[in-house]
Amino acid sequence: MEPVSSGRSMVVNGYHGGGSLQEEPEEEEKQQHQQQHRGKKAAGQQCQQHRQPQEPEAEKCRTGCSEQERAPSTSRRPQQRRESVKKNRPPFPWFGMDIGGTLVKLVYFEPKDITAEEEEEEVENLRSIRKYLTSNVAYGSTGIRDVHLELKDLTICGRKGNLHFIRFPTQNMPAFIQMGKAKHFSSLHTTLCATGGGAYKFEPDLRTIVNLQLRKLDELDCLIHGIMYIDSIGFNGCAECYYFEHPTDPERCQKMTCALDNPFPLLLVNIGSGVSILAVYSKDNYKRVTGTSLGGGTFLGLCCLLTGCSTFEEALEMASRGESTKVDKLVRDIYGGDYDRFGLPGWAVASSFGNMMSKEKREAASKEDLARATLVTITNNIGSIARMCALNENINRVVFVGNFLRINTLSMKLLAYALEYWSKGQLKGLFLEHENDLQNRKNHNGWDLSKLLDTQNIGHVYTINKTHQYSIKS
Amino acid sequence: MTRGAVGTAMAADCTKAAGGVRTSRSARDGLDKSITLPPDEIFRNLENAKSFAIDIGGSLTKLAYYSTVQHKVAKVRSFDHYGKDTPEPLLETSRVDTIEVPDDEPLYEISVQEEITARLHFVKFENAYIETCLDFIKAHLVNTETKVIKATGGGAHKFKNLIEKKLGLKVDKEDEMTCLIKGCNFVLRNIPHEAFVYVKHADPEFRFQTTHPDIFPYLLVNIGSGVSIVRVESEDQFERIGGSSIGGGTFWGLGALLTKTKRFDELLQLASKGQHTNVDMLVRDIYGGSYESFGLTGDLIASSFGKSATTDKEFTKEDMAKSLLHMISNDIGQLACLYAKLHNLSRVYFGGFFIRGHPVTMHTITYSINYFTKGEVQALFLRHEGYLGAIGTFLKGAEEDNPNQYSWGENYAGSSGLMNSSPDVHPMQRTRSGTFDMLEMDRLERQLVNLPLLQDASSYIPDTVDLTEDAMAREYWLSCFEDALDGVVKRAVASQPQLLDATERAEKFRQKYRHKLQTLRHQPFAYGSLTVRSLLDTREHCLNEFNFPDPYSKVKQRENDVALKHFQKVVRALESLSMEERQFALVKGLLAGNVFDWGAKAVSDVLETNSAFGFEEAKMRLQARPWLVDAYNDWLERLKGPPHKCALFFVDNSGIDIILGVFPFVRELLSKGTEVILASNSGPALNDVTCSELAIVTERIAAMDSVIRTALQEDKLLLVQSGSSSPCLDLSRLDKGLATVVWERKTDLVIIEGMGRAIHTNYYAALRCESLKLAVIKNAWLAERLGGRIFSVVFKYEMPPK
Repeated sequence: MEPVSSGRSMVVNGYHGGGSLQEEPEEEEKQQHQQQHRGKKAAGQQCQQHRQPQEPEAEKCRTGCSEQERAPSTSRRPQQRRESVKKNRPPFPWFGMDIGGTLVKLVYFEPKDITAEEEEEEVENLRSIRKYLTSNVAYGSTGIRDVHLELKDLTICGRKGNLHFIRFPTQNMPAFIQMGKAKHFSSLHTTLCATGGGAYKFEPDLRTIVNLQLRKLDELDCLIHGIMYIDSIGFNGCAECYYFEHPTDPERCQKMTCALDNPFPLLLVNIGSGVSILAVYSKDNYKRVTGTSLGGGTFLGLCCLLTGCSTFEEALEMASRGESTKVDKLVRDIYGGDYDRFGLPGWAVASSFGNMMSKEKREAASKEDLARATLVTITNNIGSIARMCALNENINRVVFVGNFLRINTLSMKLLAYALEYWSKGQLKGLFLEHENDLQNRKNHNGWDLSKLLDTQNIGHVYTINKTHQYSIKS
Repeated sequence: MTRGAVGTAMAADCTKAAGGVRTSRSARDGLDKSITLPPDEIFRNLENAKSFAIDIGGSLTKLAYYSTVQHKVAKVRSFDHYGKDTPEPLLETSRVDTIEVPDDEPLYEISVQEEITARLHFVKFENAYIETCLDFIKAHLVNTETKVIKATGGGAHKFKNLIEKKLGLKVDKEDEMTCLIKGCNFVLRNIPHEAFVYVKHADPEFRFQTTHPDIFPYLLVNIGSGVSIVRVESEDQFERIGGSSIGGGTFWGLGALLTKTKRFDELLQLASKGQHTNVDMLVRDIYGGSYESFGLTGDLIASSFGKSATTDKEFTKEDMAKSLLHMISNDIGQLACLYAKLHNLSRVYFGGFFIRGHPVTMHTITYSINYFTKGEVQALFLRHEGYLGAIGTFLKGAEEDNPNQYSWGENYAGSSGLMNSSPDVHPMQRTRSGTFDMLEMDRLERQLVNLPLLQDASSYIPDTVDLTEDAMAREYWLSCFEDALDGVVKRAVASQPQLLDATERAEKFRQKYRHKLQTLRHQPFAYGSLTVRSLLDTREHCLNEFNFPDPYSKVKQRENDVALKHFQKVVRALESLSMEERQFALVKGLLAGNVFDWGAKAVSDVLETNSAFGFEEAKMRLQARPWLVDAYNDWLERLKGPPHKCALFFVDNSGIDIILGVFPFVRELLSKGTEVILASNSGPALNDVTCSELAIVTERIAAMDSVIRTALQEDKLLLVQSGSSSPCLDLSRLDKGLATVVWERKTDLVIIEGMGRAIHTNYYAALRCESLKLAVIKNAWLAERLGGRIFSVVFKYEMPPK
């Protein structure tokens, strides 16, 4: 009875060079940074491998990638590092996928600096994929390209181009696999980087049907490094990380940025279809504390059943217009006001969906109310479990990430509020933001839904970064 | 007083009792027909009720009242010429005299008197019956002193006016949580086997826990509409450390929305038939199998309801209900574990309407707790979980009576026991059978405590065999008790020859006890762990219920009388033996005496038919050495060493057993300088000697025997009541006075005699001093099970571990 997070990080294919969100001139500095980063990683890895036998298996201490995958990259890196990045640049197309419980997230790098020669050389197959992906915003009935997330003029591995984000429901994986077979993906290159649970589940099919080898990367490992990476580069001096000041006072509640200069230890709450909670002591030393099956998938699943909606966006939109107090039984509904004996405020929810025990109230509740109550129930519960884990692990910084929080300010504010209120200000909820579009940054100001980063991108960025290592390795 | 006078008194009582029955019947006609049980059997003893309390929940009302129960007790009293106030002139110690007692005059007089004891009544019924029930109570409430009714629960507010109007009592609201905790402390302290763990697919599914002497600290997770998590420190100290809004109300509310099923019980029934894997996204749905590097197996739920967003398939109501149940139970279990861990508590009790004995919810909660704590914390449930609020509210109102200073015992005759709420039973059927549920607690006159000589009170389990777990033994003993029922009924009728209604009452007793046995056949867990002791105790409670306080009183009287006549002869015979011969003869006498047990069918059949069966005949029946368990040589060796400081002797039967078996043995101990505490039952059970009978018998023996007499005078022989009224013995519930004496006298030897006290119970009891456990196995089945034959001898002598 334990939740598993949906896949979070995204991997561009394993042959790609080190990606950077920085402008070209900073490339060198960037690589230095990465070198340091790897050095620490190697050390951390050692430390963890040492630690591991002492940890009972049940502790669920995670080392991230499997050792087989990691060990050679550590030992062979120094020589390889000296080689030119360009020399090792793998052939196009560059893409990677994250196969989660609900959604498959596909990232595709579209080179914009293709020379005439290259154009000439580009096999027909490859060209058609590029044209197909970049000229459409929807694929089939369920595939969607998130145009607003597109990263433009990005330099990866010395190539300039745009990074596209495409998603489709995991249930369509079989169709995707058939398409891969029909389009002879196998003729393009033999290894595809993938993460998320589906990387395991669909590996046999991808190998036997499409003839594609998967390079599986651990999602939580990717996630943690991604967060550190994105926070370290920041944006023109702006911090990636923020929190809500005065979350308990709607009037004064405002977003405040903060830097994760000295981030550890932190509790990382990753809300995908389910929820995973990690205690992170350093980049490479973390353990999975617990998880819950009440996550984004539960919110969407229940909303679909209760309101007939079918997408996360739809569900969120309904929730934004509903009132949960019509559905939930509050402390004041039972005690007429605060329950002073135990310091419970009247507005606190005593029983989620508790009012729905009554026929009249069931009839009076709108779909929007139900959606809102579902959102509040799931969010509060995650907050409550996160708070208890933070207390048990003695960590006072809680970072919430995950697809559930995508365009979901409501939940973020609720989490910030719940954490602050029930801990009497002892705990702070942190969120991450990633400017996805440098060009348009100035057009957004303050708190704006459209500006909210899909925290998914953190994973993306990291895996782009991470793939650099693999390019060097091979 | 003569026997005739006794008879008259009893006849008068009988008339009165019949009158009482008539009153109840006439009032019954006015009651709602839908109540399946006769109301006078539900609201018992209303006439004397005072201190009412009520706990009105979302669907159930729990009413508590304190009442005095007038019931008959058999009293024994020495005839004046043997009375304590005018002792016989003491005889010279060198001589043993025979006191001439006319053959037709009994040793002591037995009178049946009315005694008033306190009893707590708790009745649980559906809110729908509240008005009818209030009317019935009003009509039968004689006591007018009561002005206030204590109330708690969410519904207390809603029904306040109704209660005040109907009963004319002022409703005084008490805090729900405070009451809950008070009630919880009360049941944990007073009801052995209150808490249990639930093991699905096990037979039985309930594993009862031994009550730890120190019940604090613990965590109580109360799952009502929402969840409250309370840490209880001590009697008055507790703190709500957390909670969750995802609780029973969420299951009900969300379940009603998803399945269009309105009733909570029906939702649970749906859930018990569903498959959550159709609705939930499992680890294997994401990973294709288990996620080994995480240690997450493939069948774990990754995302509750996760499949509904990704498939267009319609789900069945059953599957959704099951998924919802899992989601909520897991969530509560997880939070409970997080709180238990944070506060470092390992005892976690679950209660509230979400649990209420529902196997499905107990199972899912247990599963969740096991998963999240990796078995470090056990989910504990309570047999009387539904009554906690009512008990607590009542205790709040009765504080001036200091109910906590007494010990209380569950009355098996008046309590319904744990219902089988198997989901297979149709909910309507289950509801009907559980419409009225009762719990009755008798106030014990003295406080009960542990025997201070127990090696480890927290791990002491009185009963040797748990019949809930041993199906074969259960089958045997249930049949055995059923077979013996005719004899008990016959004996009960015979014990009250002057009472016309004795046959009718005995018949009622038969029905009630047989019904209890049948219930226990299907629900062996109904009153906690089923044991031979609980079967015996239930029978005693049922006999008392129908005013057969002591069916064996006359038998005991006669046997004591006969045995006394042989006492001197036996003692003289012993004195002529050498030391070693004497020791063996004493032990043999003790064992032969123990054959005289009316509780054993094999023996009672003999005794009923052969009045000539005596001490010598019994000796013949005994197994020859080596015995089944034979530590006699060790015992003999020990006797050659320094005498014991003080021996505590738990005696068994009256008549030959106590007089010709125990007393010579005790006499020997006394003459070696060992002090002796004779612990006998406070109240009657079968033909066991009670403390008041023992007082008279001892007095008579003292009159004949100087050793006993001197010991009494010098306070070296003490008669102390055990606090028990059972043929068995629970060393964790003994009269505080006895415990004190045992402590003060520095007792270094404990002797436990008889099948009930030394075999069915305490066979494995570990003590901090030397102990002798001896009995004759008077049951062929049990003897065979122990590897012997009927009348096999158990003589167990144990030294405390160094």
